[in-house]
Amino acid sequence: MKQHDIQIDKDGELRHFLTIEGLKKPMLTGILDHAENFSSVSNRQVKKVPLLRGKTIANLFFEASTRTRTTFELAAKRLSADVINININTSATTKGESLLDMLQNLESMQVDMFVVRHNSSGAAHFIAQHVAPHISVINAGDGSHAHPTQAMLDMFTIRRHKQEFTKLTVAIVGDIMHSRVARSQIHALNTLGVPEIRVIGPQTIIPKEAAHLGVHVYHDMHQGLQNVDVVIMLRLQRERMEGALLPSEHEYFHMYGLTEEKLKLAKADAIVMHPGPINRGVEIESSVADGPQSVILEQVTHGISVRMAVMSMALGRSSLTDGQERGQS
Amino acid sequence: MRIKISNGLVIDPANNLEAKHDLYISEGRIAAINKQPDGFTLDQTIDASGCHVIPGIVDLRARLREPGLENKATIASETRAAATAGITTLCMPPDTNPVIDTTSVVELIHERAEQAGYAKVVTLAALTAGLKGEQLSEMALLKKFGNCVGISNALSPVTNNLVMRRAMEYAASCGLTIFLHAEDQGLAGNGCAHEGAISTRLGLPGIPESAETSAISRDLLLIEQTGVRAHFCHVSSARAVQMIARAQYDGLPITADVTAHHLHLTEMDIGYFDSNCHVRPPLRTQRDREALVGALATGNLNAICSDHEPHDADAKLAPFAETEAGISSLETLLPLALRLTEDLSLSDVINRLTAQPAKILGIDAGTLSVGEKADICIYNPQTHWIMNKENLVSAGHNTPFEGWEFKGKVVHTLLNGKVVYSS
Repeated sequence: MKQHDIQIDKDGELRHFLTIEGLKKPMLTGILDHAENFSSVSNRQVKKVPLLRGKTIANLFFEASTRTRTTFELAAKRLSADVINININTSATTKGESLLDMLQNLESMQVDMFVVRHNSSGAAHFIAQHVAPHISVINAGDGSHAHPTQAMLDMFTIRRHKQEFTKLTVAIVGDIMHSRVARSQIHALNTLGVPEIRVIGPQTIIPKEAAHLGVHVYHDMHQGLQNVDVVIMLRLQRERMEGALLPSEHEYFHMYGLTEEKLKLAKADAIVMHPGPINRGVEIESSVADGPQSVILEQVTHGISVRMAVMSMALGRSSLTDGQERGQS
Repeated sequence: MRIKISNGLVIDPANNLEAKHDLYISEGRIAAINKQPDGFTLDQTIDASGCHVIPGIVDLRARLREPGLENKATIASETRAAATAGITTLCMPPDTNPVIDTTSVVELIHERAEQAGYAKVVTLAALTAGLKGEQLSEMALLKKFGNCVGISNALSPVTNNLVMRRAMEYAASCGLTIFLHAEDQGLAGNGCAHEGAISTRLGLPGIPESAETSAISRDLLLIEQTGVRAHFCHVSSARAVQMIARAQYDGLPITADVTAHHLHLTEMDIGYFDSNCHVRPPLRTQRDREALVGALATGNLNAICSDHEPHDADAKLAPFAETEAGISSLETLLPLALRLTEDLSLSDVINRLTAQPAKILGIDAGTLSVGEKADICIYNPQTHWIMNKENLVSAGHNTPFEGWEFKGKVVHTLLNGKVVYSS
């Protein structure tokens, strides 16, 4: 009865990109390989390819975002698609027009793809289940559930620096409970064969059944960082102080903030990542964020290529030489 | 009207009866079993060959949405659905709009139910005025003039322990049973699914088991102190069942029910955000589900109810956490209960749908004793059917059981000796 992977069409190709969970390793490496091809586009003088010419992409952002929305917009424009940005204040939609009504209105404007960010887990699945069959949905972050393009750009960054996923130890530090980024990263790292994934944080911000996700839980950062190849710091949201989850930013930085000293516990060639935006002095020290092991700005750059790859794959025109439109003949 | 129900297997757990008998009905009551009374002239014979004849089902908790949410359903639409499902008595919690804290609301409900004529509706009065958890309602008057069969704060919490203590003391003085929804508001927070593997995976805010058990432990202490007769509604976790069983063993005057869906579904059924599985309390783990079935078999859980919550389509068309909780469940109550016969005897299953809930409500119903009101459900246990939500009689089509194959379908329902439904 339950339709399982609505992300995949009957030919096994990507139709929507909602979550990493359930996608197979070749699909993920395929995305990374395509992104690798697209990254050269961004270094050209004319930073455009005509793959999605004539396609219309709507960025539907129900939650504020600068970097994700901008990189999606740039990715779409470099693929020659037409982009519209729609920022919706969620409180306004709950009062009047329902989410479905809004989607139907946009559909009747012949949009080919929705890029959706929403503060409720499952929103992207919900939209994908209700859009017209020719429309693709890309999840740009839903509640605490998933942020698959962010996870893929992180994988892209890791692969650039570390090559073999199957020999890595990766630590994710911070608010795993409320992090859609962490959930997607964990699924991606597991699918790509990373043998040891650690999550580090106090019990209040680690979900109760975290082990079910395939990770090892550490409450002590000094233990958790021992010999890791990759350190991923998560953004600490200020509102977490209010729900009795953490005593203060001051204490959090002391216990779980990444400092040069703590970073020494990791391998000497370990890289430091952060999905941004950074809270300097809360989860990470400036000297680390700007230091030689940091790849944080690279992540942003890679975000464009990865999003170009995902968008073109979902609209059936993935390869740079691909002139044929798939599934629409 | 004199009716004979012939050749059915009569199952009346209250009288330890499970045998093929003819049933005679006269003037709205059961006139005789097996033996036609002298001078009894028949107006109608219902052939119940191959069918089971059981007391009309007593549903401990069903929201009919009237007054206040008639866009979802009405007393007429839902009692009609009840009749098709063999349910002859429904108990409404007080969270209507306006709340059942004045007798005029009760009168309106009774009047609408009588006009519709499909099923009896009894009500629980609000425990506190407006369900706000502050001021006691006029519960004695609601009992006396509104015939309310118990009191409850529905799904609204009574966070102040002193208010809860006073409410229990006052209810005990009035001889009223208090119906409790055990949920600690702080621990439940904005949760919408069981805090466990699924909520972790899907990033949904979780409701921990302790939200239920900590509320039960407080309530048990106050019940012990005040001596009130209490009933725990929709128990959902193994640990909660254990605590209730222990308290019953210790002699506390408590009963408890479980919904049919908690006996059959778990958190896994949420799949990828199926909002039809958004219920309160949440669907828990397989282990919890098994403990609920086990406790139903031992009798620590006394009754099965529908916890019917019909919704308009829009209420379920949103991302999971933003949807409204509840299942339109009147029409799956009996078929889901009949699926339990691997763990319970048929007679025990029927008992927990009829005599037990009637006893909890303190009403004359749920048996086929001679002289009782002839509220009867006749179903064919061999009929296979597949759930199609478009065929639901209820105005709410929100069900997670779409496509399920069931065995057993109601053929006739009688209310006060009158046929109110025939398939």
